[in-house]
Amino acid sequence: MPLTREEVEHVAMLARLELSKEETVSYTNQLDSILEYVEKLNELDVENVEPTAHVLPINNVFREDEVKEGIPRDVALSNAPDKENGQFKVPKIV
Amino acid sequence: MEVARLKAHEIHEMLKKGEVSARELTEAFLDRIEKVDDKIRAYVTITKEKALEQADKVDAFIRSKETPEMLAGIPMALKDNLCTKDIKTTCSSKILYNYKPPYNATVVEKLWEKGAVLLGKLNMDEFAMGSSTENSGFFTTRNPWDLERVPGGSSGGSAAAVAAGEAVYTLGSDTGGSIRQPASFCGVVGLKPTYGRVSRYGLVAFASSLDQIGPITKDVKDCAFVLKAIAGYDPMDSTSVNAPVPDYEKMLDDNIKGLRVGVPKEYFGSGISEEVKDKVRKAVDVLENLGAICEETSLPHTEYALPAYYIVAPAEASSNLARYDGVQYGYRNMKADDLISMYKTTRSEGFGPEVKRRIMLGTYALSSGYYDAYYLKALKVRTLIKQDFDKAFEKFDVLVTPTTPTTAFKIGERTKDIISMYMSDLLTVPANMAGIPAISVPCGLSEGLPVGMQIMAKPFAEDVLLKVAYAYECHRGFEITAPELEVS
Amino acid sequence: MAEYEAVIGLEVHAELKTKSKIFCSCSTEFGAEPNTQVCPVCLGLPGTLPVLNKKVVEYAIKAALALNCKIAEYSKFDRKNYFYPDLPKNYQISQYDLPIATDGYLTINIDGKEKRIGITRLHMEEDAGKLVHSNDDISRADYSLVDFNRAGVPLIEIVSKPDIRTPEEARIYLEQLKAILQYTDVSDCKMQEGSLRCDANVSVRPKGSSEFGTKTELKNMNSFKALQKALEYEINRQIELLEKGLSVVQETRTWNEQKGITETLRSKEEAHDYRYFPEPDLVPLVISRDWVEEIRKSLPELPSERKQRLIRDYGLPEYDAEVITRSKALADFYDECVKIYDNPKEISNWVMGELLRLLNANNMEVEDSPIKPKDLVELLELQNKGIISGKIAKQVFDEMFETGKDAETIVNEKNLVQINDANEIEKIVDKVMEENPKSVEDYRNGKERALKFLVGQVMKETKGKANPQLVNEILKKKL
Repeated sequence: MPLTREEVEHVAMLARLELSKEETVSYTNQLDSILEYVEKLNELDVENVEPTAHVLPINNVFREDEVKEGIPRDVALSNAPDKENGQFKVPKIV
Repeated sequence: MEVARLKAHEIHEMLKKGEVSARELTEAFLDRIEKVDDKIRAYVTITKEKALEQADKVDAFIRSKETPEMLAGIPMALKDNLCTKDIKTTCSSKILYNYKPPYNATVVEKLWEKGAVLLGKLNMDEFAMGSSTENSGFFTTRNPWDLERVPGGSSGGSAAAVAAGEAVYTLGSDTGGSIRQPASFCGVVGLKPTYGRVSRYGLVAFASSLDQIGPITKDVKDCAFVLKAIAGYDPMDSTSVNAPVPDYEKMLDDNIKGLRVGVPKEYFGSGISEEVKDKVRKAVDVLENLGAICEETSLPHTEYALPAYYIVAPAEASSNLARYDGVQYGYRNMKADDLISMYKTTRSEGFGPEVKRRIMLGTYALSSGYYDAYYLKALKVRTLIKQDFDKAFEKFDVLVTPTTPTTAFKIGERTKDIISMYMSDLLTVPANMAGIPAISVPCGLSEGLPVGMQIMAKPFAEDVLLKVAYAYECHRGFEITAPELEVS
Repeated sequence: MAEYEAVIGLEVHAELKTKSKIFCSCSTEFGAEPNTQVCPVCLGLPGTLPVLNKKVVEYAIKAALALNCKIAEYSKFDRKNYFYPDLPKNYQISQYDLPIATDGYLTINIDGKEKRIGITRLHMEEDAGKLVHSNDDISRADYSLVDFNRAGVPLIEIVSKPDIRTPEEARIYLEQLKAILQYTDVSDCKMQEGSLRCDANVSVRPKGSSEFGTKTELKNMNSFKALQKALEYEINRQIELLEKGLSVVQETRTWNEQKGITETLRSKEEAHDYRYFPEPDLVPLVISRDWVEEIRKSLPELPSERKQRLIRDYGLPEYDAEVITRSKALADFYDECVKIYDNPKEISNWVMGELLRLLNANNMEVEDSPIKPKDLVELLELQNKGIISGKIAKQVFDEMFETGKDAETIVNEKNLVQINDANEIEKIVDKVMEENPKSVEDYRNGKERALKFLVGQVMKETKGKANPQLVNEILKKKL
């Protein structure tokens, strides 16, 4: 089932990317060809196969509940594109 | 001083004997970079002051009659996705063009403790997405064997720097072949350790379940030393494994008699260059002559690894790269006057086309209604790939294959055809999907370009991997060294 | 008009009171200067990785056991993806399809009857940072400021089954849940500090129907009262729509406390697609039954058990026991008092009456009360010894609450000691009788009420300090 432009626009919205009209068209085609390639996976019957999210056979990795010093506020804010009163500043939300 | 071809273990002896100082070495390398890097373009940042400061510290240590540690005073460089405190770490992306992390990656801390000398940070495909460095947000690195060709990727800067003698060794990262493929293209040794062997803390994530940091070196012995230095459990990385790190370099010998070597036929199929297959088969003969028992075998799900990878990796990447939004660090479009447009313009202007493509692909694969069809299915296929390897390693100690389907291709040759670019990872991706260690060792030249042999072993059997690679390197009967560049 | 019933489910978030955050070692303490309790991990800086705080898992299991949940043997974390400036990574580490606990219940007491509210699941997740909007209002803000101190504070989310039928039941459920979380000592549950937060899913349907109506999700209810009021408003709104033949739109609505109404926040079309997937940076949890049993053994007395104990050991009426055990801190306060002052009913009257009245009026928690158990007991002892009258005692209590001074100091400073000197009282009685000949006359003519008036006048004259019994006796004698 080929990808529609509307789907591509929706995905771009979810990913917070702005696409020009040309980009929307080219991404639609490119994603389509990649997905077509990925279709190959449908040759396999995986119904009774367990998914592998982690290759490692380990579990229960914890740290103890101990407080350690973080980083100073001026360091935390040192890369900020915009800041005010020790906080990160962002444009209006709505 | 001629430093381009020196290996770490050679320099170590020189430093111990006082034949050279760390500062002299460092200055020689900085000089070399100045001379050749305008041709190679491996470096995105050169850290001259840091290098000299670190070198002086080692010299002072040696002057106080102490024996230096193995990597002390040896000039090296890092892929620019490894966080270095107060030193720009850009991932070759415009979105992090000015980002200075407030902390060091665990591997960086480990190397600093050993007295390593940082020459600079190395170019890569943006956020490690690519196979040629053509996706760098800054510039393309050139292959020292042929400046018209790519060095491979994504750790193209790391491999090219070693091949061109611009660093003794470097670190790269490997998500689907990003250490091994460029090592193969540049005629150097590149190792992707077992998932969990090396801490990922401070490695800017591409695909968290696949990423590993590893060394790129001039020979196998250096590879063993560097791996020893960076491996081990890290309480900051829940996926690093708490297992002892062997003295890899002490286990290197050329006695591989009786070792069982599997040669999986799927890695010698169509789409693999005949010359490449031929060189790797000749390398297998070398192993056989050393007493290894070589036998053809099969990993039946090999062809499904790449399509599954191109779901799993972009899906994780789409989430990992969501944080680049202009709020805390990096590039922000300052003209946007509301949040949503700030997000969208910042990300659209900050990311290059391939990164956006993969974010789109990954977002789609995880989105409502498609998760089962794509992501879940890919995870199930991952199980099958892993099972193939589990079965093969019941019978074999190592598996030997080509690292890449072809030798280095020309710059611009594959940028138009996405799938053909993705095919460069065909033979390296399975090891990432299964989490097993794999190394690429140069095994000959094809039309003047290096060919790499890939050796894979079971989880945490880096020692076996290195031993086989070392035995081969000792007995292959030729040296592979990039042609000397014309220096101005 | 057809009769409707509401179907309500609550999603409650409680911050766990661990010392450090869920995935890093930063402090969780409330009220620090913005961005002073942060590190590369909770800021979500490139390259950082989460490591799970073991205490968070213990607390989650403890809360789940107190809520009669089944503890999963295998559990994992997932990423919930959405963009918002208070979320440093633009994904939240949460639990999706394999939460740590499922399938529990909570018993509430409504109109003297017990009702069981099912709990679908309990899971762990990280909190987001805090946004401050210019102009104090997101809709009128020119910009917003982000503080990440709260980012990474551990949360548990407790999702109820849609078993709740009225706003009152919802409030009682939340009160009861808060009590349990406080009793198990896993959360402070301070709604005004945001350490307990509640969202509601609500729909209405004709009574007797077994189908669900279209639901709306309500957010931003910051107190028990707000929860009840928001639900009342929303249920009426939905019924009115249905009565007019209109339909309810599935959407997220926010409670506007000032206006007392719910307003659209986002529609279903704008709803998030969270793209959950397993968190690759964390390994799964395998919870041994031994561990669960160990935690079960550490469970303290829960509200219902404590209530029974108060009834049994102190002979308190059920109502008193219910009110006092609703908050662990209040029950602790009560127990502390009884330990040093052996009159359980008198204490319960004071605690339920005066103490709660002042706490509520000042919007304060028991923990913050300036009057501690020993202060109350000292006051009661002064009254008992006849040093102050009952009326004065209440006045002193108010004063203690306001100033933080102890009872004796206030009594001395304000000269409130009860007058027990018969001679002194006699003088005042004489004066009052002289000034009120009419009342004296009335009483002598058999009007009993006149005595009360005269007593009152004496008390007024002494600013309430005269011993009322003595006043009565002396008056009667003189009359």
